[in-house]
Amino acid sequence: MIQFILKRLAVAIPTLLVLIVVSFFLMKMAPGNPFAGEKTVPQSVLDNIYARYGLDKPEWQQLAEYIYNVVFRFDFGPSFQYRDRTVNDIIAQGFPVTFTYGAWAFVAASVIGIALGVVAAVRQNSWADYLSVGFSIGAQVVPNFVMAPILVLVFTLWLRWLPGGGWNGGHWSNVVLPVVALATSYFANIARITRSSMLEVLGSNYIRTARAKGLPGWKVIFGHALRPALLPVVSYLGPVFVGMVTGSVVIDLYFSTGGIGQAFVNSALNRDYSTILGITILLGALTITANLVVDVLYAWIDPKIEL
Amino acid sequence: MLADNRIKTVTSLEAAPAELPTKGRSLWRDAGRRFMANKAALTSLIVLIGVVLFTIVGPYFAKWSIEKVDWSVVGNVLHAGAPSLETGHYFGTDEVGRDLYSRVIQGTQISLLVGLVGSAIAVIVGTIYGAVAGYFGGRLDSAMMRLVDIIYSIPYMFILILLLIVFGRSFIMLFVGIGLISWLGMSRVVRGQTLTLKNREFVEAAIATGSKPRDVIFRHIVPNLLGIVAIYATLLVPEMILLESFISFLGLGVQEPNTSLGALISEGAQTMQYGTYWQLAFPLVFFITILFTFFFVGDGLRDALDPKDR
Amino acid sequence: MMITQTLKAAMVAAALLSATALTAPAYAAMVPEGTKLAAEQVFKYRVLDNINTLDPQLVEDVDTSAVVRSLFEGLYNSGPDGEPVPGVAESYDVNEDNTVYTFHLRDAKWSNGEPVIAGDFVYAWQRAVTPETASNYAYFVGLVGVVNADAIVAGEKKPEELGVKAIDDKTLEVTLSFSSPWFIRTLSHATLFPTYKASVDKGIDWTKPENMVSNGAFTLAENTPGERVVLKRNPNYWDNEHTVLEEVQFLTINDENQGLTRWRAGEVDQTDVPAGQYPALKAELPDNTFSVPQFCTYYFSVNMTDKQPNAALADVKVREALSLAIDRDVIVNGILQGGQQPAYSFTHPLTAGFTMPEIAAAAMTQEERDAKAVALMTEAGFSKDNPLTINYIYNTSEAHKKIATVVSQMWKEKLGVTMNLQDMEFQTLLDTRHSKTYELARNAWCGDYNEASTFLSLLDSKSEQNDQGYANADVDSWLAASKTAEDPNVQYAEIEAQAAKDVPIMPIYFYAKVFMQNADVKGWPYDDVEQNWYAKDLYKVAE
Repeated sequence: MIQFILKRLAVAIPTLLVLIVVSFFLMKMAPGNPFAGEKTVPQSVLDNIYARYGLDKPEWQQLAEYIYNVVFRFDFGPSFQYRDRTVNDIIAQGFPVTFTYGAWAFVAASVIGIALGVVAAVRQNSWADYLSVGFSIGAQVVPNFVMAPILVLVFTLWLRWLPGGGWNGGHWSNVVLPVVALATSYFANIARITRSSMLEVLGSNYIRTARAKGLPGWKVIFGHALRPALLPVVSYLGPVFVGMVTGSVVIDLYFSTGGIGQAFVNSALNRDYSTILGITILLGALTITANLVVDVLYAWIDPKIEL
Repeated sequence: MLADNRIKTVTSLEAAPAELPTKGRSLWRDAGRRFMANKAALTSLIVLIGVVLFTIVGPYFAKWSIEKVDWSVVGNVLHAGAPSLETGHYFGTDEVGRDLYSRVIQGTQISLLVGLVGSAIAVIVGTIYGAVAGYFGGRLDSAMMRLVDIIYSIPYMFILILLLIVFGRSFIMLFVGIGLISWLGMSRVVRGQTLTLKNREFVEAAIATGSKPRDVIFRHIVPNLLGIVAIYATLLVPEMILLESFISFLGLGVQEPNTSLGALISEGAQTMQYGTYWQLAFPLVFFITILFTFFFVGDGLRDALDPKDR
Repeated sequence: MMITQTLKAAMVAAALLSATALTAPAYAAMVPEGTKLAAEQVFKYRVLDNINTLDPQLVEDVDTSAVVRSLFEGLYNSGPDGEPVPGVAESYDVNEDNTVYTFHLRDAKWSNGEPVIAGDFVYAWQRAVTPETASNYAYFVGLVGVVNADAIVAGEKKPEELGVKAIDDKTLEVTLSFSSPWFIRTLSHATLFPTYKASVDKGIDWTKPENMVSNGAFTLAENTPGERVVLKRNPNYWDNEHTVLEEVQFLTINDENQGLTRWRAGEVDQTDVPAGQYPALKAELPDNTFSVPQFCTYYFSVNMTDKQPNAALADVKVREALSLAIDRDVIVNGILQGGQQPAYSFTHPLTAGFTMPEIAAAAMTQEERDAKAVALMTEAGFSKDNPLTINYIYNTSEAHKKIATVVSQMWKEKLGVTMNLQDMEFQTLLDTRHSKTYELARNAWCGDYNEASTFLSLLDSKSEQNDQGYANADVDSWLAASKTAEDPNVQYAEIEAQAAKDVPIMPIYFYAKVFMQNADVKGWPYDDVEQNWYAKDLYKVAE
């Protein structure tokens, strides 16, 4: 197991390096520069800014210094867009926010999605089945950029129950709407996968045997069927987790949470090279870690799998 | 998948006697029969065909083009731009007085096209890639799969935004951007499937008789992957349509005056609180209908073909 | 970014004539007697996600300036109608030819209790131009005329050689490289605010709440980019007794419709009105809905260089026809609907001291314009049978898209012109406009200072902002002459007339700021076309 993890980590490093290099050059290919605005800045001023951020050096040197700083000093450099902040600052501020609502949304989506899926499978072809599948797909097909403003209209303007945005240091009332808006887009797939794998397990011989032994229905389901049925769900949850703690542009945009998603899109649109790279590395590392965790979990759930 | 009529006893892909194309047909016939017995999937398929037909026939009933501005509506969209048979704006108008009926039809066409092309790219690239990796195995396999892992670990949204920034907005870039991502999952599924197929007698026999790897892959392996590929592709279509809507929301979708359902919904969502509900309602109904039907058709297909792997 | 405001012509004249100390009363929240103030004095203002820095010398945009204006205070502030009012300076003297200004500072304090001295200004201004600071607005110090500023930015001189010195702790002397009667008006710009050296020396973290020392009416309590900036009243501010607000919150709300929902829910005190919604909101909430003129012009740029890919646009007849066929009234009254004014010339009509020249097209009816446009197109050899195709580029935004859409239909229906719309994101648009590979591009300009040259200098063939690449020797010489002219309106009228004739730009409309504001908020500077507001001037009354 440990050997497996080490091996995967060894592969992760070149993967991240490739990621940095590709992102760096793609970024440089994009037209525009981080310091351009509606009003043109004189060349002498631009020269000073370029010198300040080392952008006057050859690109390979910029890249080499960047990688050096990241690897040996864990320094992602200054942001070009937020002039009095470093990329470390931006990540330190934005990531906990994104992670908080992302993790809650992940928990909510997993619990509700799996519950819906199990109910649908156990009561196959009943109204409960139709309702849970219909509900989960219904929640997914409404894009969250429609869901978010609707939630705000209902819960902020009409009912006055919850604030329509802001983070407020992670106060629960500010967290609820982002979590709901984000979680709903993931119910359906989790429920669908749970349902079909549950059905398969329920149809298998050993469950029939368990039932034949006269074990009560819920004990069969939770004691014997659920664990193997969750295998495909777990492999799906890895990417979902990454998606939730990263793909939060819509949430950040509508709820002004100050998360990493908005910082990411903003820095891409403003050509804030260092922030883009910093966040890309963070997200890449997260993805790799999440995939690793999924594989370990997989082995834990299904001892037959060898790592 | 609502009415999940899984038939355990009948042939699954694994057990399909797939040596000869002629025999393969019976598998499809069986699957077809099972699919027809699945009411939810069948209804969805009919509705979906209805939507497609509507996008073909619908334009003949349109009184306005997708770009023509109805000047009598401009400045008074809330009242003059509401859905009406008299004005010919059956679905109302958008904020600048363009006919939503025509625009929804065009948006539906484009969203469907994006979904289909996206999954077509996945089918072609993913299948070949996965089959090659799985068939040859060894170093080539691990190198190819490592590449997939690497691409998987790149935040796709970032690549998409970068691509659209670097190369500008266009239909082609949209398809490339979507296709770039869509094939990854397919290649993994196909590779896994190929690994099991590779050790089957008919493949081993073909190799033993001296068939070239290319022939083995295209004549023997790929045809046997069609089932799983078809299911996966059908389920990819709604994902691609959702992805496109997100891209449009970011303002990076197709160029005006062309539109997509994602773009229309994104515009409609902005004005919903001002009383012009039709700007959101009509595109959203089409959007949801398409996604629902594709999900059900995909699930129906899966149940009908009943492969073990997904 | 906008600089300062309407110093009325009379005031300029007064400054020109009197070389003596000029003392005006300071300005603060002017609460009429007997007003019942609200118990909670917290003002919540909507901003976009663009509070990029709170370092005065690095500030670039309007929203950030609003934050920094309440944190720091310059020599002069801008008053309710945009006229300069004393800030840290109590008064100033100026020499005969308006090149040496001497400021007399009042007893102001930093938020840590230390006095604000002339040396703090010297430090800050030198800091602004020092190459290592790498400020985008470094050029501003040179623009307003401080001696040696440009040379220091270019690295040719040392920062110490900047034309600003502290005679003593209470006296600051500024030397300008040219005669500038409007210098006072530039002092409320963030670049020229003082900064506290011991605080700045803490490095990049100096603008964090725990490190920042400021001299404005408020101090920084929290700064979370993308979420909010919170300011708290500064008890060490020299005019603290007149400050009413206890707290100011700048809340990031990127989506304007979302902003409106949250304004209705009472979560913000002020928010912008989305395009097209003004009439309905005005009818529904007349006391909360405002539209005031804004100092900007929206226009299309035509590529006038040899790089213009579309030969037809090199023909002045085609350009004029296209411009005439744009029905500006429909855009203003049908699409934007927020009190914007149709534009047929470049300079904003409310520019101080500016007389709007008569432009022929402005006096015609739209039918006349259309008829002339068709005639011109025919002369140029284009018709519906031989149609012209044009590529138009604009940046991603609902409002730009709407305008592009209706203009394309106007041209199609009237002239048979096909206008291909190319939506690109902002940075790409900037790049394309600068490299001059476009045919026709969206553009807009907001005045930097309240004088017509802030607009017209864009038509100078040497201007960095001349995206059209328009070069006309007469225009260049009129611009040069206007600087020393007794009445520059003579030259300005010539330039506008020449521009209307050559059509390097097609003006569309003059901006309006359209916003919702809670009725309990008082003291907002509605009369300032640049909308430079100070939190210290605002107060909330009990409802």
